[in-house]
This record gives sequence, C-alpha cells and structure tokens, in this order.
Amino acid sequence: MRFVFKTSYTQDLGLFRDGVQRNCYIALLVAVLALPQVVPEYVGDISLLFIYGLCGLSLMVLAGYTGLVSLGHAAFLGIGAYTHVFLTQDLGWPWLVSAAAAAVVTAGAGVLVGLPALRMTGVYLSIATLAFALIIQEVFARWDRVTGGLKGKAVDKPVVLGISFAGAGGFYVLCLVALIAALWLTANLLRTPTGRAWVAIRDSEIAAQSMGVNLAAYKTMAFAYSAAMMGVAGALFAHKVGFLAPDIFGVLLSIQFLLMVVVGGLGSLHGALLGAVFVALLPVAISQARDAVPAWAAAMAGVLGPAAGSAVFAATDRFIKQPGLEPGIFGLILVLFILFEPLGIYGRWTKLKLYFSMFPLYKRATFKRQKSYMRSERLR
Amino acid sequence: MMLGAFTCYMLVVWYHWGYWAALLMAVVLIALFGALLDSTVLRRVMGQPQFAVVMLTIGLGAIFRSFASITWGSEIYTLPTPFSARATRIGGVSVSHEYLSIIAGTIVLCAVLYVFFTHTRVGVAMQAASQNQLAAYYMGIPVKLMFSLIWAISAGVAAIAGVLLAPVSLIDINLGFIGLKAFAAAVLGGFGSIPGALVGGITIGLVELFSGTYLPQGFKDVAAYVVLLLVLAVRPQGMFGAVGRKKV
Amino acid sequence: MTLFAAEDLAINFGGIKAVDGVSFEVEAGQVFTIIGPNGAGKTTIFNLVSRIYDPTQGRLTFAGEDITRVPPHDLVRRGIARTFQNIELFEHATVLQNLLLARHAHRRSRFVEELLFLPRVRALEIAHREAAEKVIDFLDLPPYRDSLIANLPYGVRKIVEVARALCTEPKLLLLDEPSSGLSVEEREDMAFWIQDIRTLLGITVLMVEHDMGLVSAVSDRVLALNYGRPIAIGSAREVQEHPEVVKAYLGG
Repeated sequence: MRFVFKTSYTQDLGLFRDGVQRNCYIALLVAVLALPQVVPEYVGDISLLFIYGLCGLSLMVLAGYTGLVSLGHAAFLGIGAYTHVFLTQDLGWPWLVSAAAAAVVTAGAGVLVGLPALRMTGVYLSIATLAFALIIQEVFARWDRVTGGLKGKAVDKPVVLGISFAGAGGFYVLCLVALIAALWLTANLLRTPTGRAWVAIRDSEIAAQSMGVNLAAYKTMAFAYSAAMMGVAGALFAHKVGFLAPDIFGVLLSIQFLLMVVVGGLGSLHGALLGAVFVALLPVAISQARDAVPAWAAAMAGVLGPAAGSAVFAATDRFIKQPGLEPGIFGLILVLFILFEPLGIYGRWTKLKLYFSMFPLYKRATFKRQKSYMRSERLR
Repeated sequence: MMLGAFTCYMLVVWYHWGYWAALLMAVVLIALFGALLDSTVLRRVMGQPQFAVVMLTIGLGAIFRSFASITWGSEIYTLPTPFSARATRIGGVSVSHEYLSIIAGTIVLCAVLYVFFTHTRVGVAMQAASQNQLAAYYMGIPVKLMFSLIWAISAGVAAIAGVLLAPVSLIDINLGFIGLKAFAAAVLGGFGSIPGALVGGITIGLVELFSGTYLPQGFKDVAAYVVLLLVLAVRPQGMFGAVGRKKV
Repeated sequence: MTLFAAEDLAINFGGIKAVDGVSFEVEAGQVFTIIGPNGAGKTTIFNLVSRIYDPTQGRLTFAGEDITRVPPHDLVRRGIARTFQNIELFEHATVLQNLLLARHAHRRSRFVEELLFLPRVRALEIAHREAAEKVIDFLDLPPYRDSLIANLPYGVRKIVEVARALCTEPKLLLLDEPSSGLSVEEREDMAFWIQDIRTLLGITVLMVEHDMGLVSAVSDRVLALNYGRPIAIGSAREVQEHPEVVKAYLGG
C-alpha cells in the first residue's frame, strides 16, 4: 500500500497526484501513439473511438458534473457536423477557422437549449432537450440548401493548414490531439471555481445560490461549453463518416451517448473515456455475438440430441438476427448499470483499487448509499 | 401506450377476442406489468438523484420498443374497432366515431381519476405517499404497495390511451412518441392542473393544425415541440400551474 | 452602527400570515437572536433575508442599501452568508471542496483564464486554499479535511456548515439553529465559536435558536416571535422575563 505525502498546495492542485501517476499517463500516451504501427487495420475504428471520447466528455460535463441530463446530445453533434461541412466545402473556409466556427455555432445552440433549462430541472429539462433534438432533426431534413436535406451530403477529406489529413494515420493523430486538448481544458476547468460551481449546481442548487453561484449563468455556461465540444467532435465525425444524413443524429445516438456516460461512471473524466471504449466496442461485440451465440446455444442443446440442437440453433439465430434488437440491448445495459453499478466502470475500478489498497480492512459499506425518503413540496 | 395498443391488437387479431374484452384484458395485463416493473426495477432507484431515474426510463423505453419490434414486427398495423367506419353528423360536420370514442373515453377517464384521487381513501393515501413518504409510513400507509398501485393505474391509463389512439394513428413501435406532444400539452396547461392539461392539449392541436396550413411544410410535425420549448423558456408554470420549490 | 434592518416585514402563504409586521435592527458586531415556538416564522424570516422568498410587504436594508429585491446569489457578494437548518452541504464532496466552493464569491478569474489555467489562476487557487485552511484551523476541522460529507457524523456536518459560511468572508452571518442536534459538549464549543466569530473575526451574527442557555450566554439582543408577530425585543434577560414570552414559549 503506497502512501502519497502531500507537501504543498501546488501538488494538491496539480492534474496528477504525483510523479508516478504522471509517468503512467505518459506511458499510456506513448502506447496510443504507437498503436497505428501495431494494429494498422483498426486505426479508423480507434479514431472513431477518440471522437466518441470527445462526445462522452461533453455529455459528462453536462450530465455528470452539472447534473443536467440531455437526451438530445446527438443533435449538437449534427449541428457541428453540418456547420463545419457547409463552411469548409460550400464556402471554402480554412479548416481550423471552420471547426472553430462550428464550435461557436453549436455553443449558441447549446445556449438556446439552456434557456428553458434555467427554469426547470430533472425530467422536465431532459424532455426539453429531447424536444429540441427532434426539432433539429427536422431542420436537418428540411434545410436543403445547407444540409442537403434527406439526400445527405458527402464530405471531403480534411485539409488543415495546407496539410492533407486524408490518410488514416494522419486523421488518427488529429483526433487524438483534439481529445487530449479537450481533456486538458476540461480538467483545468474542474479544478477552478467554474468546475466547482457546476458540481455545486448538481448537488444542491439552493446551497450553490447561497454561496453566490449565479445558477442561470453557470447552467448556460455548462450548456455552451458542452455544446462547443460537441461542435468540434461533429466536425471530426463528419470527416470520419464521410456522408451526412439527418437520421444519423437521432434518438438512438443520443441514447448511446447516455450509455457512455452512465456505463463509464458519472462524474469522472476517466468514466467518459471508459464509456466511449465500451460503446465503441459494443456494436462489434454484438455482431460477433450474432454469429457466435446461435452456434454456442446449439452446442449446449446438442447434448439433448441433434434435432434439439438444430432447432435451438434456428430459433436463436432468428431471434438474434432481428434488426430491432440493438436498441433493446443498449437499453438493457443502461438499465442494468443504473440498477447494479450506479458508479459505472470507473466506480467499480475505484472500489477495486480501494479493496486492494485497504486489504484486509476493506468494508463493503464504504460505498453504501443512504436510504432517503421522498418528499415533494408545493409552494404556490 | 404502445404496449397497450399492441396487446389489444394481438388479442383482437391473433386470438379473435371481442373488442371490449380485448380492451379490458389489455388494460389489466399492462397494469400488472406496470406494477411488476415498479416492484422489481423502479423501487431500487427511488433514492438516487433524479437523472438516474430519467435514464432508467429511457433505457426501459428502448427495451420495450425492441421487444415490440421482435414480438410483433416493425410494420404498421390497424386495429379494427366497433367504431371504425361509422360517423355521426353533429352540427353539420361529420365526425367519425373513432374520434368520438377518444373524446368520450378521455372525459370518462378524467372524471374517474379525479373522483378516485380526491374522494376515495386509496387515492388520498397515494397523494400522501407522494408528498411525504416518511410521514405516510408513520401513518400506516403501505407506501410500497401504494407506489405499485400508482404505477399499475398509470400503465393501465396509458394502455387505454394507446388503444383509443390506435385506430387514428395506426399501431407501430413509435406510437409512444406522441407522449412527448402530450407532455407539451401538460406543460402548456400547467402541471398539477387537469383542466389546464385539457386546455393545453386543445391548444397544441390547434397550433399544429394552423401551422400545417399556414407555415411551410414540415413545421407541423415540430410545432408541438417548439411550443414546449417556448413555454418552458418564458413561463414554465404554464397557464394554470404552480411551481414546486424545495423548502429549506 | 446599524448593519442590518428589517422594517415591517410580512409574507403570506395562501391564507396563512407566516410573518406579520416584524421589524428589528442589528448593530454591527452584535449577536442578535430570534426565538419563538415552532411555526413562529423564524426560519421564514431567514429565508426572507436570504432572498429565497419574496416578502409581500416590508423592506430589508443592509449596510445602508435596500436589498429587498436583489437576487439570492447576489447576497454573498454584499457580505451576507447563511447556514441551513437541514444541512445543505454537498454530500459527495469532501469538506475541503465544500469550503473551496464557498470561496466562489471571491472569484477573480475569468472563464477563459481558467480554461487555460494561467499562472494567475494558479496563484488565486492557492490563495483560496489558504483562506479555506484558516477557517479549517479556526473550527478544529483538520482531521476531517479530506473526508466525504456523507461519511461524517451530524455534529461535524453542522460545524462544516458554519465553516462554509465563514469561508465567504461575510459581514453578517445568519445561523439557523446552530445547536440543534448537538451534544452538550458540542453546544459549549458552538457557544465559544460564536463568541470568537463576533470578537476575533468581527462578524455580526443573526441567529435563530431554541436552546435558551446558548441564547443567554451569547446574545446581545433577542427578539421573540409568536405566530409571525413580534412579542418582545431587548436584552436576553429582559426577553426571558417578559410575561408574554413566558406564556407563549418558555412555560411557567
């Protein structure tokens, strides 16, 4: 069990707990940079994972740290994507300027959504964001001149400052740089008054107000910052996907982002990234399962005889190849995690580390939730 | 709502039950399902912050839609009812019986629920349990049973709504999304006010109708949502409602 | 010098007059206590002063300025801080994080500066930390510095509430039933701390209390309420011996 001595305020303030942790992260960075050499066929998928990481980070800031659950976050991704493509391709703006402008426009949309948020909390806010997302999807479909409507819009390869990032390796580095920058900026915010104000809003609005936090201003700031990050993610997403259509940015994608945040662990940066990994791997796992599970079930049933085996195979095969199954699986995982693992993967990892560091004195009740009784007060 | 509509459809078309029997059975089944859902799943998240419950219901919604598409397929179905293809002339306008059934059903349901919540012991107990759970426990109210009952009633009412809606909007897995427009109506009318919800609903209907006629194409679908956002931004308590606030 | 004054304060909830025509003045450097039976409107007055409720009539003046209509988050900037009867701490944060949040009113950095964590922001953060540490030392909280609030006993949480209010560097401190739920030793400690807050830190204290021992030990002036109306005002002894107060609250 290692004990870290805190010797100065600067050390407590830093991003890393001590030199050892910093070196671990540097090693991780080196490994990630080396990945394209080791597994070149997965480079495109990992770039998508970085983009998902950006999205997870964005929703984590809003839902995990400020407590404002957005059910329509995919709409922001779409706004960022369409804005960026329109500005670079149709208007010929330079890439960096266009990406920045996409962030700004998306932030503006975030502020627009935030306005109802100032008066309502909890479920009402989430429904407002869902309504907003549906409106935006309709706008994508109707605004032909900018978005190409239902026909969709093809996206060229990115060219930043004259250098073409069309290659998979170059794009990989571009996404990685964006992700690391976003992580650094967000970590900065979280150790300063702004981040603390956000957490205060999540935990007790009245106390936050009595400490001088202007609720309206900070909620709007949270929406704007989160949306701006989605704007940049949208720009990268557009290049990755290559072809934009309105129904990409629907409710299913928003649910996937929610899944990311919940599975990863609400309220931690690690959680956003772990969740992104989980959600990026999930479709792969499902499609593998589609092939593997019927065979496996048939093998189990084959114990009873070859007829039973083939019958079971046919049944599970038909069940698992259904197209409507995927959202159901997402929903199921979301529900299971909320019920049994509310702190997410990162929470489980923290508990695990605590177990080993405190062995054999670990108490299961360390993370036990307090039972709380519900009250609703009406004030006319 | 969606599950109610599908169940009724299944009973009528696959198993050839009569309409009224199928309606009753669908309501009972969905009500039981609601109570089951509460006692197994929802009870566990009661103490957690609100966003946990929100996300849980999102996840459950996705599971239900998936289940529906597996069990009944993803095509669109129509529900044959005793009201279909019959109409009455009221004041010079021909009104189809399907719409009349919706109006009549709504009025009956509202009246029944109002009486239930204000005048029966069970209804009052439910209100008590929702306002102050701990005090309700002390008063001997079986709070957990109350909550299951509430979920059962809520699910049952939703099932009725789904069945009433089915002839008009056709049954498919996204039937439930009309609930969002219903939410817009409730917010416009003001939470905590039943007449407000009715007024809100009528207003939203009119807004949709007029935007379909006067505004460019496509606005009709999103008119309700735009109204929702506007109301939330400008006057969140709606027309008749009250704003709740935590007491310190 | 009058630091805070309430004139003819009143608020109705539906048909109930929770507070009806209450007026009082608090001098700078004083400890002013409001007493009364439950339901007398004491916490309501606090909520009025901290602008959680809007009064139906009356005026509130602080340091010469009218604060009857200012938004709640503006009060801290002016120098008013409060504690809550039902503790409103941030459950899943540590004591230190709670106190650092209280320094928000003294935030001198801007969003963009924080985003990039410029050296100026770093220096400001260290200054905030030092201010929080001073309060931690003042209230004997070092052992609990890194504990989550959820893991702390009730008595300690009450002290953290007071610490958090102190971190905002207020001129007027509103204490809502500071001794409720505390053991006898903790109450004695609280009495000493309130005196220290007044004498060493020079902060004016306005508090609501039930424990008459604490009230007599610490208060300079006392206001007694019943059913939202004032029934006596004066020094602690005068109010305790007032016949109406004895009838309504203290008992024979």
